[in-house]
Amino acid sequence: MYTQGLAEPPARAGAPEPVVEDAEQLRRFEARIDAEEKIEPKDWMPAAYRRTLIRQISQHAHSEIVGMLPEGNWIGRAPSLQRKLILIAKVQDEGGHGAYLYSAAETLGVSRAELIDQLLAGTAKYSSIFNYPTRSWADIGAIGWLVDGAAIMNQIPLCRCSYGPYARAMTRVCKEESFHQRQGYDIMLKLANGTPAQKRMAQDALDRWWWPSLMMFGPPDTDSQHTALSVRWKIKRFTNDELRQKFIDFTVPQARYLGLEVPDPELRWDEQGRCHRFGEIDWSEFHAVLKGDGPCNRERMLARRDAHEAGRWVREAALAHAAKHRRAAAMA
Amino acid sequence: MSEAVAAGGAPARPAQLFDYLLRIADTSLVLAQRLGEWIGHAPAIEEDLGFANTALDLLGQARLLFAYAAEVEGRGRSEDDLAFLREEADYRNATLAELPNGDFGDTIVRQFLIDAYQIVLYGGLRKSRDARLAEIAAKALKETRYHLRYSSNWLVRLGDGTEESHARVQASLDRFWPHTAEFFDADDLDRAVTGAGIAPPVQDLRADWLRQIEPVLAEATLQRPPDAAHRWYGKQGRHSEHLGHLLADLQYLQRAHPGARW
Ligand SMILES: [Fe+2]
Ligand SMILES: [Fe+2]
Repeated sequence: MYTQGLAEPPARAGAPEPVVEDAEQLRRFEARIDAEEKIEPKDWMPAAYRRTLIRQISQHAHSEIVGMLPEGNWIGRAPSLQRKLILIAKVQDEGGHGAYLYSAAETLGVSRAELIDQLLAGTAKYSSIFNYPTRSWADIGAIGWLVDGAAIMNQIPLCRCSYGPYARAMTRVCKEESFHQRQGYDIMLKLANGTPAQKRMAQDALDRWWWPSLMMFGPPDTDSQHTALSVRWKIKRFTNDELRQKFIDFTVPQARYLGLEVPDPELRWDEQGRCHRFGEIDWSEFHAVLKGDGPCNRERMLARRDAHEAGRWVREAALAHAAKHRRAAAMA
Repeated sequence: MSEAVAAGGAPARPAQLFDYLLRIADTSLVLAQRLGEWIGHAPAIEEDLGFANTALDLLGQARLLFAYAAEVEGRGRSEDDLAFLREEADYRNATLAELPNGDFGDTIVRQFLIDAYQIVLYGGLRKSRDARLAEIAAKALKETRYHLRYSSNWLVRLGDGTEESHARVQASLDRFWPHTAEFFDADDLDRAVTGAGIAPPVQDLRADWLRQIEPVLAEATLQRPPDAAHRWYGKQGRHSEHLGHLLADLQYLQRAHPGARW
């Protein structure tokens, strides 16, 4: 996981740049974008392109890291050795994605430490989905199936993103996300075919995760202020609504196969449009969660800050040790 | 199971081999369970990943050992039955593995002491008369070398880092040290499996273990604590107060939904 079309517009995207950029450079840059060339770290790029990418990649990285918490909640209680192994490997992958994405962001001239400071200060965003609690084992299934499933929808087009390091990171990440999606679906399959209590667990998880998963694609296109520029510069290739529709069309048959009911009374297949029609998303919930008022926002931030604070003496020790050895090496 | 007969020694009874396999498997399982608690909460992402790596290896070892133990027992129990559905006193892990994570330094010291122990143990078991166990040990030994490298690197950085970090890990080492006595204190079961050529004599492993440990302690500028009396014999099912809580988490779903498949 996980990018999200978050509501906040990029700082002044579309507004005139404070520094007048060389029109010729901009023209050459856009010509390269049009020719599907990758932009690399040392290449000239408009300041707004850099800013948009830093914001998007760092939000994505933060989401991977915060996303370890709800699933980590079940590592200790995974119901079999096999499931425990898979879950640890999955959460470990998410940590790896975080590290990898912070490195991609660093190619744009920010440091991981700065980005983490922004997360801990509450000024950076991460995907709204991780502010919901994992109450049962079925939530681990639902996260893999729906949340990683939504992440794949979002991220496959990003493998063709115009910024080379991000595109390459996404190619690697997407392979792992599809394993995550499959293991989640497999958990759901076992539960849906299990005891009555297991079936209830599975349905309850779908009931709780369905709508938040749809919100992962971000606000509707009519309210999304930064889609246009991102599409022009090929950071983004599909709009929020297009991706959401794809996800629904892909996922509804899977729910049916599980014998579970999607919690949307208005959901129906539109034969003419060849797609599913669905009910109104509660955007007030989405905005509340983004603002910090979701069920677990405070806990998630507290957990990250606690880990950061508790690790301070460790990081200081590592730095002190490295410094001593640099000095020793210099004197030798 | 393969024939486990030492030259001139008595063959081990299947029940003894079973109990002995549980000692090794449970130590890996319980330690993995502890490391799993760190994931998402470590001082840096790299440490989340590092602990996850070690936990995955330990779980892999536990699975191989439980699967073998279940075969030796021959009562149709599965690896999960053994891992999840025993009473507390039937877990045979070394007590040190079950002690709470504490801070990062505590976890590193606990890990370091057990890694070094598993190095010498698996090193000996690699030559076991029991071919299946020897094979598992050979695989585990390779993994454990990485674990020991990881914990040693951190121990050196913390021991020879700041004043604070040095004081913290020295205190951890002092606290955990008495628990290592259990590793090398041979009981009847140890003697039986040693006599049968299945396992190395544990009392002889200590010198090798110290050879693993002492250079790292020296580099970390840490003092080896004096040996002390120890009161816990997890390997005989006499555990600290902490294992029951760990098992409550570990066993939760298996206990709450008897017979369910996951
Ligand atoms: Fe991910
Ligand atoms: Fe994922």
